Amino acid sequence: MNIVFEKTKGLTDKTFHYCPGCTHGIIHRITMEAIEELGLLGKAVGIAPVGCAVFAYEYFNCDSYEAAHGRAPAVATGIKRVHPDCLVFTYQGDGDLAAIGTGEIVQAAHRGEKITAIFVNNAIYGMTGGQMAPTTLIGQKATTAPYGRDENHAGKPIMMSEMIATIPGAAYIERVAVNTPANIRKAKKAIKKAFEIQREGKGFTMVEVLSTCPTNWGMTPEDALKWLEENMMPYYKLGIYKSSEGSVING
Amino acid sequence: MTKILMKGNEAFGAAAIKAGCRYFFGYPITPQNEIPEYMSRELPKVGGCFLQAESEIAAINMVYGAAGAGARVMTSSSSPGIALKQEGISYIAACELPCVIVNVSRGGPGLGGIQPSQSDYFQNTRGGGNGDYRTIVYAPANLQEVVDMTGDAFDVADQYRIPVIISADGMIGQMMEPVEFSERKGRPLSPKNWAVTGTEEKRAPNSINSLYIVHEELEKHNWRLDSKHKAIEKNEVQYETYQLQDAELVVVAYGTTSRVVRSAVMDLRKEGINIGLIRPKTLWPFPYKAFDEISEKVKGILTVEMSTGQMIDDVRIANNGRFPIHFMGSPGGSIPAAEVISERIKSIIRE
Repeated sequence: MNIVFEKTKGLTDKTFHYCPGCTHGIIHRITMEAIEELGLLGKAVGIAPVGCAVFAYEYFNCDSYEAAHGRAPAVATGIKRVHPDCLVFTYQGDGDLAAIGTGEIVQAAHRGEKITAIFVNNAIYGMTGGQMAPTTLIGQKATTAPYGRDENHAGKPIMMSEMIATIPGAAYIERVAVNTPANIRKAKKAIKKAFEIQREGKGFTMVEVLSTCPTNWGMTPEDALKWLEENMMPYYKLGIYKSSEGSVING
Repeated sequence: MTKILMKGNEAFGAAAIKAGCRYFFGYPITPQNEIPEYMSRELPKVGGCFLQAESEIAAINMVYGAAGAGARVMTSSSSPGIALKQEGISYIAACELPCVIVNVSRGGPGLGGIQPSQSDYFQNTRGGGNGDYRTIVYAPANLQEVVDMTGDAFDVADQYRIPVIISADGMIGQMMEPVEFSERKGRPLSPKNWAVTGTEEKRAPNSINSLYIVHEELEKHNWRLDSKHKAIEKNEVQYETYQLQDAELVVVAYGTTSRVVRSAVMDLRKEGINIGLIRPKTLWPFPYKAFDEISEKVKGILTVEMSTGQMIDDVRIANNGRFPIHFMGSPGGSIPAAEVISERIKSIIRE
């Protein structure tokens, strides 16, 4: 019998704790598939954040760390400086990377730290129960924005890829989405590309992945994917924001 | 072995490199800037890495990363900067990682001042971070102790897999004294097979983590940390006593103030007033047992600190109600003069 599909060796057999319809599972899988395909599982060190992916170290089948909230890029820096031949990546949500950890992510990019950040943007705090994130859209309801996000009160949603791309130390910045099979394939390609650029020692790399949170958005998984496409993608435009070949922004 | 005249802050750096420290992450703050400056100059020469972080918070998290990656790593800061590091110190302690943290303390609270101070006793020994954890705290009183304690700190940190704080102050950091770098004995240490290095697909993954979501597991983890802390309390206490045997009054002081107190004790003995000194060299574990050496003839204990009274809490625990306890403090950044301490001692004895 021919084997046509196998789960990546990059993931352990531990059952994901994520809610039904959450796209974290897909992002875990494509991240670890990319590492396996590059033959770098034995060199990989993953850093889990505080947030929904806090247990990611139980799923990544490689050496791993659990960092304090927002500090993963600093932890990654310490590891990378000790083991420059390791493939070091952080896996962070929008609260972790775009709120409490803005200092660490900006400065890691600024130093051209040869690490990769997988930035999962689902426009809400998932683990703590649906509070407003820096990436929550205008008018989007959250448990700490019960009347919807008001830009006069909370500002407009932060665009991390656009911002990090302006930093000279950033070598590769791309925003992708995991709402359709075609986009999932593109997301995996982007992550693989970022890892390759890290290996080439060219600088800081980040892939922002637009993701869903059906539970806290109060939607079915299917409606959540549609909401992502109709609401997030027009604001958070997919594309390459920084690469040696220049930027290609879609839309 | 020849003696070299060195500045305190540079002595920390030199001793660390000699002890095998190859990574330093820090952020500028007075009065400890010569430590990162020294490391930025000297670490590249030995194949090490100095990195100036964007904040003390980032610096301690880089230490967390490098320590878990198996390196000998150090950071240094001063009081408000150490406050910022406390989150990271809690994580490092929870994950049982070895590292050395130098606190060249200054006056507080808040921005305080930049003069020497001992008002970080609580911050160093009790920790500002969350949870049931401890850090070993050394308190050098001269630059030879800076050298010796810094060297030992790396071994002790590795042996117990625990963060070690070296508590100094602006005077220790800024003054110059002759020091000697003799060969350290070193301790037998286990290989760091827990470190994150990449599996090379030859072993099961290692994970550095402080999350124990099942309460029974957290409880077990904490009791295990506690048993380690108990072993440290048993094995690692260091202190010095000076002329306790015939003392009418015993003074307790550490670090900078202990130097002045010793002068006062010597002056008073010339006048026929017999005073003794207990000098903790480790602030945690605190040398409670040193107080057993105090004879029943003693009229009281005087604690001298450059604070409004922090170590005095440990002195009270150690004293356990035996003798009256007096306090003399200078919480504004001035070092008390020997004559002033002598006068205070005389007034206590006359009471």
